[in-house]
Amino acid sequence: MTLAYKLLFFIMILSFSWPAQADNMRMAVTTSFHNSGLSDILLPEIQKGIGVEVQLIVVGTGQALKLGRAGDVDAILVHSKSAEEVFVSDGYGTHRREIMYNDFVIVGPTNDPARVAAATNVVEALKAIEETRSVFVSRGDDSGTHRKELSLWKLSGFEANKFSPAWYRAGGSGMGSTLNTASGMNAYVMSDRASWLKFKNKGELRLLFSGDPVLFNQYAYLPVSPKLHPHVKNDLAIKLENWLTGPHAQSLIAGYKISGETLFMPNAKPR
Amino acid sequence: MVIPSILPVSINKVSVRKRGKSILNDISLDLDAVGFTIVMGPNGSGKTTLLRLMHGLQRPSDGMVSWNCTHDIARTRQTFVFQTPVMMRRSVRDNIAYPLRLAGLKAAETNKQASYWAAKVGIEARLGLDAMYLSGGERQKLALARALITQPEVIFLDEPTTNLDGKSTREIETILKDASKNGARIIMTTHDIGQAKRLASEIVFLNKGKVSEHSAAKTFFDNAQSAAAQAYLKGDIIE
Amino acid sequence: MSDLWFGVLNAFRLILSFDADLYEIILRSLHVTVTAVIVASAIGLPLGAWLAVNRFRFRRLTIAFLNAMMGLPPVVVGLIVYILFSRSGPLGVFGLLFTPTAMIIAQVIIIMPLIASIAHQAIRDLWADYHDLLISLNTTKRQRMITLIWDARRSLLTASLAGFGRGIGEVGAIMIVGGNIDHVTRVLTSAIALETGKGDFALALGLGFVLIALAIAVNIIIHRLSKTERAGQW
Repeated sequence: MTLAYKLLFFIMILSFSWPAQADNMRMAVTTSFHNSGLSDILLPEIQKGIGVEVQLIVVGTGQALKLGRAGDVDAILVHSKSAEEVFVSDGYGTHRREIMYNDFVIVGPTNDPARVAAATNVVEALKAIEETRSVFVSRGDDSGTHRKELSLWKLSGFEANKFSPAWYRAGGSGMGSTLNTASGMNAYVMSDRASWLKFKNKGELRLLFSGDPVLFNQYAYLPVSPKLHPHVKNDLAIKLENWLTGPHAQSLIAGYKISGETLFMPNAKPR
Repeated sequence: MVIPSILPVSINKVSVRKRGKSILNDISLDLDAVGFTIVMGPNGSGKTTLLRLMHGLQRPSDGMVSWNCTHDIARTRQTFVFQTPVMMRRSVRDNIAYPLRLAGLKAAETNKQASYWAAKVGIEARLGLDAMYLSGGERQKLALARALITQPEVIFLDEPTTNLDGKSTREIETILKDASKNGARIIMTTHDIGQAKRLASEIVFLNKGKVSEHSAAKTFFDNAQSAAAQAYLKGDIIE
Repeated sequence: MSDLWFGVLNAFRLILSFDADLYEIILRSLHVTVTAVIVASAIGLPLGAWLAVNRFRFRRLTIAFLNAMMGLPPVVVGLIVYILFSRSGPLGVFGLLFTPTAMIIAQVIIIMPLIASIAHQAIRDLWADYHDLLISLNTTKRQRMITLIWDARRSLLTASLAGFGRGIGEVGAIMIVGGNIDHVTRVLTSAIALETGKGDFALALGLGFVLIALAIAVNIIIHRLSKTERAGQW
């Protein structure tokens, strides 16, 4: 008995003596960004370049904005322009800085019952899915990707929330889980290119449609306002912004490839 | 300094009812400061309840029990050996020493005392064993040692030798006689008429929740007054 | 099926590779859950004993509440702790959100009712056993609780281990309050969720088997050290 407690005590001591972190900041990022693997390239370079350890909280855009609003992170990197602009105009963020963009793709079953692969633009592709009532899995989690998908349905003349759940399945989870669901159901799904390329459980799914400029997806960086939340590390957030928009980061982003494909196009404008 | 005795005990017009059933019915009984009292009577006559009442484990529905001191002090100088002794989930040593540990005595002292009393009751070879491994007789002996270790003024025992073999019964009776000789006031119940004859200085005979006889042992066995007691001693079934 | 097989293979590969990141995650999982179990036991065991030996007006209600708390979804606990410790929340000044401490607090809330409830049941049974003896010996309430906790220690160890089981496999709450930050708050379960999200089932399963092995190892070690096997009947 006493020996058991000694052991537990030992484990506690061992684990409490965790190395203390030096300069660190927290940034909420979207799953699509993190799943791409780009963060694995950037984080060590950030540490090397400006000596800041960036701790990523990986969530949907909706939750990322919420974390920023509450002051629980120092900056956010998300992709939902209208929501970002509200975030800044409400005073939660100091400003919005565009960093890069990637694009969304339509993925679906190899036999492509809706013939999405033959579409010339995304509106045609979505109309074909709606017309054939082919099973489509939606993120349904108020994330940037979800909002984008809803706007595309609107562009095609539909209200997605009026779709029958018989074929339109709103999953309510992250990109990876949604892709898993789609793979399990052999269904159509909209994904960002990076998540799709990195996804390992493709099953019968393949990429059917991409390239429509409407599908481009702008990422922006928003430091949380130190006026509203005096404890946020705004100096580090600014340091990070300067680094992300600088030539080294921008060329790293441009050079990041999966299976030979470029995933992100840097487009930060110098101040 | 002489510590005043908690005895005598006086039971004054006590009734005990449980769930509407009358267990003890308007009992009055005085027990002297010395002696070996055996409470006898048929099953359901209220023997156990009477002991628990005196010890304070059972509240009277009517009437009162009074010791020669407050109830709080009274219980600190009594012990109760239950019909099925409680085996604490510890070693025999720790079971016996438990009352002394409660009093805050040091482990070395309590262990020494536990060994002494274990030897007294003849279970010193079992000291290190978990109490659950003891036989029925050994369990009774453990309970006795745990009762004797506080050197109580009054020892209550509820059927201490039921279901025990002759050897164990004899050993326990010897221990009780010794304790009585050393001044302990013993109040116990038994079904065993022979045991009552061997041990008792006085008998309380209960029937249907009433005291039907309270007399010296010799008087009781030679010349019982009540019809119920006579029938009981003859071996008849009492309804 | 092949995914399962790869999962097992991956688990062995992971363990044998002595991957520093893996061991860090395992150690953090242990740190968070073991600390939470110790804190929850320190609260839950006496609480269970207290509920067993005391009669008071709202006792039944308290026990019913405790039992209901056992079924509390961890996500709800996570959300509540998040809201409390968020910078905009009442306890925000401590800056505990997204730290192991916040994860420990959430887990204490999740497992304390479980430990207290199992402890209460075990101690209630023992109290029924000991009742007459302990009353007869004029014990104080405090002495009764200490005696019952000590003598029920093996059942209580089971209560704590049940708490450990619930804690080590819990992901809903620690994801929310910990944020699953690499090298800071990532534990086995959140790493599994992450890998599942990436569709890397083999790695996720591998980590899952590591988690199972860890839980079994902890149980065996604790039982060995407490010698419950040898004197198992209590």
